[in-house]
Amino acid sequence: MRNIWTIAKREYDHYFISPIAYVVAFMILLTIGIIFAINILYFIQNAFQAFGQVPEITSITGAFGFLLVLSIPAITMRLLADEARMGTLELLLTAPVRDYELVIGKWLGGLLFVLSIVAVTLVFPIVLNGIAIGNFTLLPPLVSPGIDRQLMLSSYLGVILLAASFLALGVGISAIFTNQVAAFFVTLSTFVVLWWLIGFPASVLQGTASEVFRYLDMQAHFYNALNRGSINLSDLVYFFSLIALGLFTGTTAVEVRRWR
Amino acid sequence: MIQVNGLTKDYGVRRAIDSLTFDAEQGEIVGFLGPNGAGKTTTMRILTGYMPPTEGTATVAGYDVVEESLEVRRRVGYLPETVPLYNDMTGLQYLKFMADLRHIPDAEEQAYETLERVNLQERADSYIGTFSKGMRQRVGLAQALIHRPEVLILDEPTIGLDPAQVVEMRSVIREIGKDRTVLLSTHILTEAQQICDRVLIINKGKIVTEDTPENLQSRLVGSQRVVVRVRGDADGLSARVTKVKGVRDVESKADGSVEFEFRAGEDVRPQVAKAVVQGGYELLEMRPIGLSLEEIFLELTRDNASGKKPS
Repeated sequence: MRNIWTIAKREYDHYFISPIAYVVAFMILLTIGIIFAINILYFIQNAFQAFGQVPEITSITGAFGFLLVLSIPAITMRLLADEARMGTLELLLTAPVRDYELVIGKWLGGLLFVLSIVAVTLVFPIVLNGIAIGNFTLLPPLVSPGIDRQLMLSSYLGVILLAASFLALGVGISAIFTNQVAAFFVTLSTFVVLWWLIGFPASVLQGTASEVFRYLDMQAHFYNALNRGSINLSDLVYFFSLIALGLFTGTTAVEVRRWR
Repeated sequence: MIQVNGLTKDYGVRRAIDSLTFDAEQGEIVGFLGPNGAGKTTTMRILTGYMPPTEGTATVAGYDVVEESLEVRRRVGYLPETVPLYNDMTGLQYLKFMADLRHIPDAEEQAYETLERVNLQERADSYIGTFSKGMRQRVGLAQALIHRPEVLILDEPTIGLDPAQVVEMRSVIREIGKDRTVLLSTHILTEAQQICDRVLIINKGKIVTEDTPENLQSRLVGSQRVVVRVRGDADGLSARVTKVKGVRDVESKADGSVEFEFRAGEDVRPQVAKAVVQGGYELLEMRPIGLSLEEIFLELTRDNASGKKPS
């Protein structure tokens, strides 16, 4: 446990001196900021037509889907591939650290970094909801009577699970490669398949096959469930399975490296 | 401290090391001497728990390197040949990270002390990316020392250092080796002679011989080879040298010089010099040729081929 934390901390610190991490953080926050602003402007403009509708926090969390698909490969590509290239993997593999501790540590470091970016976006629900301490209103709410907090918790849980799954798969793929660029493209392709493509066969096929593909579709588990405020066991199992699969792949790849 | 028994490692069809058997006692500095590709790094990687052997067993500090890999890794300090450093960390951060991985209490203090030990305390807060080759090597060594390991395994610790740094590195290793077991690899014969208590010569994955540097030296220097150079035309020089009693193996070189050998203890150089001068040649140079590592290997493998058992 302690080793996992040591490795995660080193990885987390590393992101703050890495230009790629800043580019990723900037890209995500800028895009989400623009989406939020447009949303607000849209509702202000159409305030009279949009009967009863208010800006929802799901427009923010929903945007994370494609943003994470595009940005997480850049965050995970170097995690283990670069250690292998630099020769520092030899250092970690001869230190008293178990292979899975190394992989989980790397994953956790990446996750903490992405969660830091996600945490910044909490400013948007705060803007919508306003801040009131007791009877004193620090920031007046944009939406009355405030946002749906359960929906917010559920959709942010969705974002965290999405990030954790993508990162685990990314770490697993990075462990297979010595070349960062190869790791990046394989990771990106995997995400594109899981996020956009795997759902298509579900609409073409019938019966059990269709069900299987429908279950594999990542978007469905996010948009049709968590990002709508419903937390189902089947969705949680799906995300935790992906996390386990990614971390298991990573650990196996590191072990295989030893045998080569 | 280190016991290796029948250790074999195959990379696909290529056999990197072939049933190596040796041991190393506490407080002993053992040198692994061999050309590139002899299997030195492979052996070290197995002993540090980086990779498992194909066959055979090895124990380090009493623990099996495969079955009790973590225990072994806790007790071994390892400096790989490509010194593994994070350029984006300062020397102190790097050592603290390694100390944390090894669960050392007061990691920061230990990290600083170890930096002092390798004379890098002034650069503790500089980024490793800005370090010179010699400094990088020393940070690498510090990383191997930080947990005060019982066994230290150093892969080519002086490679790429300038002469002053080499001398310094060697003295550091000798100092450390006083109370710890050190296994180091090198392809420089003099280095093995200077630092090691015992030398294992390894070639093509097999131990060719094993001895103290002194014994090895005297065994190898059974005969001394000398080069003779004269001014101007050297026609007939080799014939003249050959006539001197005790001279063997005369060879004329393309540049006009002549090489010959004599048995240790029968120094015929004065006679050769006299013969050369009497022949009317102007003697420019007479110089002994040290045996190169390559020649030692040839010598040793010839020994084995003729059935002599290496002592």
